Amino acid sequence: MDVTALTFMALALPFAAALVAPGLTRLLGHNAAWVLAVAPAAIFLHFLRFLPDVASGEFVTGGYAWIPSFNVSFSWLIDGLSLTFMLLISGIGALIVLYSGGYLKGHPQQGRFFAFILLFMGSMQGLVVSDSFLMLFVFWELTSITSFLLIGFDHAREAARRAALQALVVTGGGGLLLLAGLLILWNVSGVTQLSLLLSFGSEVKESPFYLAALLLVLGGAFTKSAQFPFHFWLPNAMEAPTPVSAYLHSATMVKAGVYLLMRLNPVLGGTPEWQLLLPLFGVTTLVIGAALAVRQTDMKLMLAYTTVASLGLLVMSIGLGSPHAIEAAALYLVAHALFKGALFMVAGILDHETGLRDFTKLGGLRSAMPLTFAIALAAALSMGGLPPFFGFLAKEELYSAFSAPNFRSALFAILAVLGNALMFAVAFAVALKPFLGPRVKTPKHAHEAPLLLWIGPAVLALKGLSIALLSGLAHRFVSSPTASAIAGEPRTVDISLVPHLGLPLVLSALTVALGVAFYLNLARLRAAMAAILVDIGWGPDRGFDQFMRGLVRLAVAVTRRLQGGRLDVYMTATFSLVAVILLALPLRYGEFPRAPFFSADVPVHELAIIAIAVGGLFAVVVASDRLTAIVSLGIQGFAVAVIYLLYGAPDLSFTQFMVETLSVVVLALVMTRLRLSPADHRPLPEKARDATIALACGLGFALFLLRATAVPFDRSLTDFFNLYSKSAAHGANVVNVIIVDFRGTDTLGEIAVVMITGLAILALVRLRAGSLKRAVVAEADETAVEERA
Amino acid sequence: MKSVIFRTLAPVLTSLMMLFSIFVLLRGHNEPGGGFIGGLIAVSALAIYGMAHGVETVRRAIFFHPMAIAGAGLLAATSAGLIAIFAGVPFMTGLWIYPAVFGREVPLSTVLLFDTGVYLVVVGAISSIALSLEERGGE
Repeated sequence: MDVTALTFMALALPFAAALVAPGLTRLLGHNAAWVLAVAPAAIFLHFLRFLPDVASGEFVTGGYAWIPSFNVSFSWLIDGLSLTFMLLISGIGALIVLYSGGYLKGHPQQGRFFAFILLFMGSMQGLVVSDSFLMLFVFWELTSITSFLLIGFDHAREAARRAALQALVVTGGGGLLLLAGLLILWNVSGVTQLSLLLSFGSEVKESPFYLAALLLVLGGAFTKSAQFPFHFWLPNAMEAPTPVSAYLHSATMVKAGVYLLMRLNPVLGGTPEWQLLLPLFGVTTLVIGAALAVRQTDMKLMLAYTTVASLGLLVMSIGLGSPHAIEAAALYLVAHALFKGALFMVAGILDHETGLRDFTKLGGLRSAMPLTFAIALAAALSMGGLPPFFGFLAKEELYSAFSAPNFRSALFAILAVLGNALMFAVAFAVALKPFLGPRVKTPKHAHEAPLLLWIGPAVLALKGLSIALLSGLAHRFVSSPTASAIAGEPRTVDISLVPHLGLPLVLSALTVALGVAFYLNLARLRAAMAAILVDIGWGPDRGFDQFMRGLVRLAVAVTRRLQGGRLDVYMTATFSLVAVILLALPLRYGEFPRAPFFSADVPVHELAIIAIAVGGLFAVVVASDRLTAIVSLGIQGFAVAVIYLLYGAPDLSFTQFMVETLSVVVLALVMTRLRLSPADHRPLPEKARDATIALACGLGFALFLLRATAVPFDRSLTDFFNLYSKSAAHGANVVNVIIVDFRGTDTLGEIAVVMITGLAILALVRLRAGSLKRAVVAEADETAVEERA
Repeated sequence: MKSVIFRTLAPVLTSLMMLFSIFVLLRGHNEPGGGFIGGLIAVSALAIYGMAHGVETVRRAIFFHPMAIAGAGLLAATSAGLIAIFAGVPFMTGLWIYPAVFGREVPLSTVLLFDTGVYLVVVGAISSIALSLEERGGE
């Protein structure tokens, strides 16, 4: 098979795996993880084959036409950036599936969980390889939806439901902004594919719509990647089971925004707006995220806030845009996915084995869980940016970006050091505190985690060490192609573990020193942060609730205003508008029919039928009670049916007869049900108003029809149907052939509507009867209570 | 309604109208008629029967819930369209077969299946509305 077909299968594989996951789990229990992990592993291996090509600076595109008439395709772009993401997603994905096997062992819904996580994996893969805008957007929103399902997995708890909804509203809403941004980019450049868009950088930047496109794209990226002030959904998403936090909310999904910024850097980047907004929001997020992490004692929450901080760091370095900053972003992206994924899984292991997630209540676990301790330590060393781990390289590269001797550089350097030092302290609080010190009693008796649980974090932690030791290889195949793709021009990353004296090393040393100081004073720092937060009192999280409440209130107010529930108001409004349209538009454009309206020689029998119709209408108007009026309305309807018959439309006439009959029956039934007073009790002015509206509508329709029939009749459709009805569709009745064959899809839609209407009316009839019955029962209860009293 | 004449005639009238509605449905492709009109006639037949003998009798007579009938119709119409896809032609393309029944060639088509679907949807949905209204109205 060729590469295109194989790649398509690789992209579809997670969805197929999700389909079989529940059944497989029922069959094999938690061991289904071993089978299901084969899918992401196979994808990982498939994408490895692109490494040599991509390392030599090429990129691979492929795909299939989807809606060619709209220039929409299902196509992918594999360059350094998407390949790195792809390998992270599938590689970590395989480990996460294994980890979920151990973590949710025996959970009644484990199969569903596997299905959700594989669905997410498929969406995320699609997102990072998408070449066409539409596909990017669809997969972008799919990740939001699957994330919603995963956060709300434990849907019996209210907190989980709220967190899921919040994440969906924030990231899904951001996705809509992204869609608008992509539409602007499409309009400006005229292309719908990222690979083509990359060469339109200067056109986009000079366009007057540049700022609008930038702000919309940033709206999508910042919400997805939890930048301040949209960061609040990410910590709340920790309601999800830990495998989800480790996968979606550290390694992959939250990086989607970062991915987008990296992808569009050659198109949108480098302008003053870009270099102002991204570093500003990035560094704010970094410092606030790290500070909030210190405030927490729940290890998952601490890690979540440091993830917010790390995302800020990435956004900042993309925004700074200097060669060192771009390379740092590429390195940190990989480093963060590895160490944060591992640390989350360690936190999950501790939770699983001890029943606690609060690091202040844990201690002395090193002898019981030596392997977990080693993994945690390795990941924390990388997160703290210490050699010989990959995190060290990323941080050194970042600090090299601050070498310019100006105020801006110095400011960012100070804030970056501060944020990194806080993260250092948090990393070791998670990796050291639960393991050192005297043994503390825990709800569950702790012992080493089973293979399924430790294998994932162990591989990630080892990876963080090995790619730093073999940095030449890692840079050649991963870091350099990624940095080149972000920058839009060839870049070579060559940082290594060999010490190189200079500003970066000084800043690193400062970070470590500050980090150790923070670590030693963590309790004091936490108290101080708590006090500050209490003083502020308000946060975006509460703001979200206020926003949602306000939205609901607005919706209720608008609905009450527009939908008062009085049928006569609706009818008056509708028909007044119809009359205005029918009369005002011809008046405005001078399109009234020209006299004479009627030909003089109307046959007598036609005149007679018209007289019957008019007589029927007269009967309706003068009828003393409603039932008579309804039946009289039928006279006019039958007269119209006869007119159809005379003009050679038997089908139409036939239908009109039946519809008239049935509508009289149904209307009569409705009238008996409504228990209205039999006669009409409207006061005279109201009658006059309604009569005016009715006459205006009638006049309008009459003039409209006269004008429309005065236009020469276009026979092309008639001729087509007459010609092909018998020969192509084997039917002599053209009307019926149109309904069931030529325009059959229309009819299918119409009968679906008939069916839905029937259901709705049935529900309304039942509902009304039910509520009446309930009211009667309630009244009876009340009387009974009164009687007893 | 209490009129003895009406009560006696209603079943005869209903069965004749039912037969007629099917006749109208089947002839629709070549002469005036079709699923929609046929369905309306059938509903009128049921309405007459309901007026004469009460809603419960009609419900027993049609055996299925009216909405189930409408659902079956929608299913029939949709599958009539889908058959074309499995035959490798675009959705909703009419396909014809001409089996010989008792020595006579009978033209059958997915179009007829589709029209039958329309018939059933109309019968189900509208009779559901009429019956539920009639039922409550009698209380």
